[in-house]
Amino acid sequence: MRRMMLGAAAVAFGVWGCGGKGSDNAGAGGTSSAGAVAQSGGGGAGPTGSASVSGVIHFTGAAPSNPKIDMSQEAACKGKYTTPPVEPQFVVNDGKLGNVFVYVKSGLPNGATYTAPATPVEIDQTGCLYHPRVFGVMTNQDIVIKNNDAVLHNIKAVPATNRGFNISQPSAGMTSTRKFTSPEVMVPLECNVHGWMHAWVGVLPHPFYATADSTGSFSIKNLPPGTYTIEAWHEKLGTQQATVTVGAGEAKTQDFTFSGPKA
Amino acid sequence: MATTATGTSPFTYDHGHAHVDDRSFIRKYIFSTDHKIIGIQFLIMSLTFLLLGGTLAMVMRWQLGFPGKPLPGGTLLPDTYTSGGVVLPEFYNSAVTMHGTFMVFFAIMPLLVGVFGNYLIPLKIGAPDMAFPRINMASFWTAVPAGFLMLAGFFVEGGSAAAGWTSYAPLSARSDLTGVHLGQIFWCVSLIVLGLSSIMGSFNYITTVINLRAPGMNWFRLPLSIWSLFVTACLVLLAIPVLSGAAILLLFDQTIGTKFFEPTAGGQPLLWQHLFWFFGHPEVYILILPAMGMASDIIANGARKPIFGYTSMVLAIIAIGFLGWGVWGHHMFQSGMNPTLGTTFMISTLLIAVPSAIKTFNWLGTIWKGQITFHVPMLHALAFVSMFVIGGLSGVFMAASPFDIYIHDTYFIVAHLHYVLFGGSLFAIFAAVTYWYPKMFGRMMNPTIGKVHFWLTLVFYNCTFFPMHQLGLHGHMRRIYDPTQYAFLKDLQPVNTFISISAFCLFATQFLFAANFIMSWFRGEKAPNNPWLDNGLEWTLPSPPPHGNFATVPTVYRGPYEYSSPHSDEDYIPQNVPTPGGGYGSPHPQHAGD
Amino acid sequence: MGNFLSWMLPEGASTFVGDIDWIYYLILVVTGVAFFAVEIALVVFLIKYRKRPGGKATYVHGSTRAEIIWTSVTAVVVVIIGLLSAPAWNKIKGREGVPPNAMPIGIAAKQFEWNVTYPGADGKLGTPDDFTIRGQLHVPVNKPTVAMLTSQDAIHSFFVPSFRIKQDAVPGMHIRVWFQPTKVGEYELGCAELCGLGHYRMRAVVTVHTQEDYDRWVAQAAHSVAQR
Repeated sequence: MRRMMLGAAAVAFGVWGCGGKGSDNAGAGGTSSAGAVAQSGGGGAGPTGSASVSGVIHFTGAAPSNPKIDMSQEAACKGKYTTPPVEPQFVVNDGKLGNVFVYVKSGLPNGATYTAPATPVEIDQTGCLYHPRVFGVMTNQDIVIKNNDAVLHNIKAVPATNRGFNISQPSAGMTSTRKFTSPEVMVPLECNVHGWMHAWVGVLPHPFYATADSTGSFSIKNLPPGTYTIEAWHEKLGTQQATVTVGAGEAKTQDFTFSGPKA
Repeated sequence: MATTATGTSPFTYDHGHAHVDDRSFIRKYIFSTDHKIIGIQFLIMSLTFLLLGGTLAMVMRWQLGFPGKPLPGGTLLPDTYTSGGVVLPEFYNSAVTMHGTFMVFFAIMPLLVGVFGNYLIPLKIGAPDMAFPRINMASFWTAVPAGFLMLAGFFVEGGSAAAGWTSYAPLSARSDLTGVHLGQIFWCVSLIVLGLSSIMGSFNYITTVINLRAPGMNWFRLPLSIWSLFVTACLVLLAIPVLSGAAILLLFDQTIGTKFFEPTAGGQPLLWQHLFWFFGHPEVYILILPAMGMASDIIANGARKPIFGYTSMVLAIIAIGFLGWGVWGHHMFQSGMNPTLGTTFMISTLLIAVPSAIKTFNWLGTIWKGQITFHVPMLHALAFVSMFVIGGLSGVFMAASPFDIYIHDTYFIVAHLHYVLFGGSLFAIFAAVTYWYPKMFGRMMNPTIGKVHFWLTLVFYNCTFFPMHQLGLHGHMRRIYDPTQYAFLKDLQPVNTFISISAFCLFATQFLFAANFIMSWFRGEKAPNNPWLDNGLEWTLPSPPPHGNFATVPTVYRGPYEYSSPHSDEDYIPQNVPTPGGGYGSPHPQHAGD
Repeated sequence: MGNFLSWMLPEGASTFVGDIDWIYYLILVVTGVAFFAVEIALVVFLIKYRKRPGGKATYVHGSTRAEIIWTSVTAVVVVIIGLLSAPAWNKIKGREGVPPNAMPIGIAAKQFEWNVTYPGADGKLGTPDDFTIRGQLHVPVNKPTVAMLTSQDAIHSFFVPSFRIKQDAVPGMHIRVWFQPTKVGEYELGCAELCGLGHYRMRAVVTVHTQEDYDRWVAQAAHSVAQR
């Protein structure tokens, strides 16, 4: 009986290594495939093609000013800036709007499934801001979260349908890997230690999405022929939709125009 | 059937029940209804959790003593706990929580109540077993799955509960605030299940003490260990259901969308605190009363003198049991509770110091003019008194609510609770285990190892916990992963390092006790029936006693503390030995000349 | 900082030092006397009454007189401590204790930062010139400030050791906590209730200004917040 208890305890300790579902490593990085370029990962079973939808996001009206961030509580981050940092809510250059998430909302054949690519998407915490601020991943694709600041970041995902996470990274160089298992547009990310830090992730079951860069350009590639509803999402300015039909191998252009928020 | 002039046992039985148990191994040792086996089962389980709880404390102390340095062996742990071997805040908060949870619910409480309640009550009152032996078996086998469930928290996604052993809502109710979901749920379910075990045990103990005392064993001839276990069982019966209820409410908030503790939907975070501490304060008396009772038995034996003030000791136990219900708000002075309530709780809390002081003076009175033998249990029992005094006195500071403003949730509180729970309860447990080990296993624990373990533990224990008073006085908060984040705490870091190193030495020393325990089981000197020359009924039986305990029903003639009595040439006279020259031993203690 | 093994309290910077610290020293003396009396008696007894060959313990069961004496002395001492402490408690935590001229601020705790709302030039909270700053508490010296404390998520605890002030911040509750700083300088605010992963870093800087410096800071801070 005593032996049984000790044995059970030994087994329990031996199984210890199977704790938790994500994994965190110090210093290991993933390849960076984040941000402003057309995202077409994986392929897998679902139909692909060689059609594409590209375009530019226009912005009309006066560009709203981005809120200044008072980083006094975090001297280590504040010191990384020569000009006062701002929250880049509106990335407006020359009448073009960046950080707009564009994706295929509907139109793919029923039952089409795509496997996530093996390469992860990376999000960095640098100067107490998330880089990139807006990006897309596929369901079950790894997201590698990296801390480039020598301060505690506590990254928290607050999804509506997915399982969220809440991870602390107390020191520079730490990485953590997580994923989302069901489609959701958009999942907010925030830092519990630095309330001004925000990012958004679009989780999709297919690879047909892109984030507009600072010139407002986006490109969704490798589409099979069909008629699609394309949606463009901005964190402050809402969403817009367009219907696009592409034939096999056809490259279509679809622009979107957002205007400044009502005063 | 025997009576004494002073009363008859309400339940008389005309034959002893001792017999050889010839059932299968499983019925004898695994699914046993014998209170002695069940007591030993609880002992194995509790000592295991004591070790686990201590290990978690080592993780905490490593991070506090050497913040940001890789934990030895840390790279073997999963990446959700350590990063490059360095403890993460997730693991730190989990260790803080599970250290407290394991120690309170799965180590100290079962060691005092499950082990010694089970082992001692029938033997010391002259009964063949508990009133409900099968429920007793169920009580142990309910505690085991509760323990496994609590352990399982470490192996699920999100890790174990991490909201403190006090599990304040809404932190514990909302997984989006901690990152822990299943672990917090397991914590609640485990305690609900463990609560069933405790409740079953408690009404078994109460019924047994009331109904199964041998002839002549009237209430004022009961040893103080039994008095304290009886009052403790009453506290368990009334307090544990409150915890179970609170845990159920919390579980519902966590799982089915109720909002008992969620203010945005009409709930009240403070409700959790009131419920938890209404249980929690009687719980701390559950954790100390049996220790006090057993220490009394051992001190009288070691001093070869009757307990000083037996009636006052009994009244003090009962007073602590009663008054303990009226002080819970002192855990909530700074909680936002109505300040007027704060004043009333301050008064009740200051008053509850009185019965504990009475007991301390009576222990001093017991060794005064004694013939003190420093056997290992006596050493631990004396340390219990000495350390408990420190813990009790430190409580006065926090009872004064204005000063509690400053020291609440600092290391001053951590020092206080460890002085009463470790300095108090755990030293008493070391005393009791060493004392009743021969009766349980038929062998003596090695006294040399016992003495070395005692002295090293006493020194390292004080080096670990005494400086925490100073940390608290400088404002060092509790449950913080990295104190160096604060300029006002940076200068205290050498104290933290000193405490950590002392803690590692303290932990290492306990392996002496473990080795002594295990080795003595197989190779200890064979124990006589009564190695300590004690008066209790259990020492009239073989070591270990047979199944069913007494071959003939004992008759009790006097209390258990008649050491150095003029009625005997020996300096002890067991309770069931008729008074030489006839007559009856008085049930009421005589008093020294007034 | 002083000797970190000392039983002296670190230097404080608010009027509550006068209300609270003496209670500590009183209890320190009382418990110190009790501690030395009991522990010395214990050691003396252990030495004096150790077992000697041929010795016999004194067969005595107790003393009612001793019980009465030590029970009543203990009870009287603790009741006195309670009666002496009650006024300070009412003054610091009681609703009537808040000075009527205290400057109002709002403190909203959330994982893991302190958001302080200042009343602006009009001195009133809840008006358009209020502004909120993260992680910094600025107050004028020798004037009372009363904070309306709340939380947006878990229970936190507002703790400024130098001011001897601590109050839990509870979601769904608005709890008044007041203090009057007595020394210009910079102090630290920490969270004293486990509130999650970043609890250990939930820190803010408390700056006590002269009145002129405080007014200047208010004007400049309000201006830069408006610019955001």
